Amino acid sequence: MEIPYVVKPRPDTGLYNAKVGIWLFLASEVMLFGAFFSAYILLRVTAEQGFWPDVATGWPHGLLNIPIGTFNTAVLISSSVTVVMAWMALRENNFAKFRNFMIFTVACALGFLVIKTFEYKEKFGHYVIRLNDGKALTGHLDVDGKSPLFWNLAAVQEKGIETLKVQVDIPNKYRFPVGMHIPDEIHKAHTEGRHHDDREIKVSDIESLKAFIPSTHPFFAIYFTMTFLHGLHVLGGALVLAYFAFVGTKLWKTDPEQFTNRIEVGGLFWHFVDLVWIFLFPVVYLL
Amino acid sequence: MQTATSHQTAGPGHAPDAGHHDPGFLTKYIFSTDHKMIGIQYGLTSLAFLFFGFLLMMAMRWQLAYPQTALPLIGGLLEKVLGSDMAQGGIMQADLYNAFGAMHGTIMVFLAIVPLAFGAFGNYVTPLQIGAPDMAFPRLNMASYHLYFLGGVVMLASFFIPGGAAKSGWTSYSPLATLADPVNVIDGQTLWLVGMVLLITSSLLGAVNFITTIIQLRAKGMTWMRLPFFVWAQFVTGFLLLLAFPPLEAAGLMQLADNVLNTSFFLPTGLVTTAGPVPVSGGGSPLLWQHLFWFLAHPEVYVLILPAMGVVAEIIANNTRKPLWGYRSMVYAVLAIGFLAFIVWAHHMYMTGMGTKIATFFQTTTMMISIPSVIILTALFISLWGGSIRINTPMLFALAFLPMFGIGGLTGLPLGLNATDLYLHDSYYVIAHFHYVVAPGTIFGLFAGVYYWYPKITGRMMNELLGKIHFWGSLLFMNLIFAPMFIQGIRGMSRRMYDGGATYFQDGVGADPAILGLNVKITHAAFGLALFQLPFIFNFFWSIRNGKKSPSDNPWEATTLEWQTPTPPPHGNFLTEPTVYRGPYEYSVPGAKKDFTPQGQPG
Repeated sequence: MEIPYVVKPRPDTGLYNAKVGIWLFLASEVMLFGAFFSAYILLRVTAEQGFWPDVATGWPHGLLNIPIGTFNTAVLISSSVTVVMAWMALRENNFAKFRNFMIFTVACALGFLVIKTFEYKEKFGHYVIRLNDGKALTGHLDVDGKSPLFWNLAAVQEKGIETLKVQVDIPNKYRFPVGMHIPDEIHKAHTEGRHHDDREIKVSDIESLKAFIPSTHPFFAIYFTMTFLHGLHVLGGALVLAYFAFVGTKLWKTDPEQFTNRIEVGGLFWHFVDLVWIFLFPVVYLL
Repeated sequence: MQTATSHQTAGPGHAPDAGHHDPGFLTKYIFSTDHKMIGIQYGLTSLAFLFFGFLLMMAMRWQLAYPQTALPLIGGLLEKVLGSDMAQGGIMQADLYNAFGAMHGTIMVFLAIVPLAFGAFGNYVTPLQIGAPDMAFPRLNMASYHLYFLGGVVMLASFFIPGGAAKSGWTSYSPLATLADPVNVIDGQTLWLVGMVLLITSSLLGAVNFITTIIQLRAKGMTWMRLPFFVWAQFVTGFLLLLAFPPLEAAGLMQLADNVLNTSFFLPTGLVTTAGPVPVSGGGSPLLWQHLFWFLAHPEVYVLILPAMGVVAEIIANNTRKPLWGYRSMVYAVLAIGFLAFIVWAHHMYMTGMGTKIATFFQTTTMMISIPSVIILTALFISLWGGSIRINTPMLFALAFLPMFGIGGLTGLPLGLNATDLYLHDSYYVIAHFHYVVAPGTIFGLFAGVYYWYPKITGRMMNELLGKIHFWGSLLFMNLIFAPMFIQGIRGMSRRMYDGGATYFQDGVGADPAILGLNVKITHAAFGLALFQLPFIFNFFWSIRNGKKSPSDNPWEATTLEWQTPTPPPHGNFLTEPTVYRGPYEYSVPGAKKDFTPQGQPG
């Protein structure tokens, strides 16, 4: 006996095997990301006051680049549209059109990952500095015109640096909770439209200096974990879709219906990856 | 998907594998995509892990009965292999006891029982019972087994790295799990987490495969209410694994980050150990780990028990020679369990002080879930009524399952209620309760399954006399091991003491030599239990070649489809496409020629 319903749908369920399989798999993926979102909520509501400078809730806010995040959202949504167009092209028996749409989809995926990499890199060179007098600030370091990555206080001391040039962030006023007092100098800098306030800080005044990496704050821990896991899904999806577009096309000649099914299943996964981002973007960037 | 094309249709009159090249050793035994071979792989591997987990427990039992006494036979070896930190002079040190304890739990749950119940029986029997040629995704099935095997290798390897295996319990509560080994970055806990991620991935792929197979590959006429109860149990188990495991995978990844990247997912602010303040950011939540862990681990309990219930239901129907009483109620009950299993998890966390309102919710759901469990057990008990019961080895194990699981279930009620749980929670009472469910409960059900399906897999019967010796010895000693633990627990003996509770009692609080003395008796019983497994191990291997030949393809005269295949079933299982005409348990139908009417018999 052969395994039935590999290609043709089973009459009473109306589905072929792989379609049932992918929906079940996506159900488990919902639970996986659901657990991370739950963890995000719990960590955020239990964050202690004063645990992050400038923010009364103790939860960093407004540190991520919203325009870039928005752009990346658009990139992923476009790819979600084109993956359907690719599938529809196969239904119209137009293989060339399928391939073009698929290449565009994969290109979007790779573009998303490249942009995300730059976002990560920017964070690794962004610092939170706590001073001995209890004050704290965030900003980029200026060492020979660049902000070095992954430094900490020990690294600064090792280099023999005595005075550190810091481009202190001028917080956007929306980062302050309603009713919080905004210091005059920051307010002034803000109304002048400046984003940075260059200062020189003595290393001996610094209590701690940490890059925006997972160990610095639970916000970064969950941000990097969720977006990295999502990035892995994007990469995995892109590899599978690229395989269908370039290597696995032989099946189109021998069994076009099965090939079309595979694109549908791959597309369902791709929509899911897109959907996760549609939740991730507002949660970590906007809220 | 593609593999389907390589399957040959074996028409009637053809030898099943006619025209096939004899596959090489690797293809046939290691990289097989046949659900039966994968089932056997799972079976042998998980039985080996079951034995290994049992040995870990034996070493722990020695330490509990005779603290600070060198382990006999293996003491010297342990010191040599694991170092004198772990077993100085052959004496089990606290770290080694903790490592063995954590690994006993992990291995028994994730590497022995689930793979045996779901991976082995599920793989071998489910497609046969629904009349399918194989699982829906054969190559995915192979990948599941390989990931499971890899996870097992990682777990075993963790014993031999510096610092030893994970030693924070099978529950791996943070912050203990992260801080238990401050020296090594790649410590036992890290390997435990890597191993768990592999095992979870394996289970997820398996669950997708099982559910798809049951939905899609049922033979013609195999409607939902004609499914054998075993298949229903596997179906619900599949959903439990599919939806409950991912949160633990998420938690595992977060704890891995805590261990390796120094994040603070589960580490609170202001954490101080004997070595001073812990150099992490803090701001995390230890409770988060517990929620995510128990969100899996409570459904996991039903993953452990449901397949065994399925096995027992098959064997009871077969050996009472009458239909299961209340088959439909049992099906609805198992579905209810599947749903309720997801909303009872926090009854493991009353000790965290979660507040009365939340505790009330979880007490209520916990009491509710006992109802469908009791429905199934009651239906099985009533099924015995008026049957002409055949007493053979599978039936003995199946019969013993009922009261043993009953004891395990009933003693769980005081743990499900907040007020009593606060007292009992950290005591031996919990150990006794849980092991009554899983050891004489699930494991007896699985033993019954081994004896029952052995002739289908090998074509030979296991020896009945050895089987009965195995059964009576196991039944006696299981009870001698676990019943005294209820007494120890009620008398307040903590379940986390590596010296058998001597420290706990030494200041005169509740000092009772009789309670500590039970440790020695329990250990003797454990050695007795080990002794009575020898007939099983011998029987299992000896009967492959020397057992009595199975009198027919259907030696138990059963109704379900797996007995309508050749023995052992060929690649593709059925010689002709099976059609199902009736329910799964048509035994002693009035007017029928024989006392059983197979599901595939027309008319």
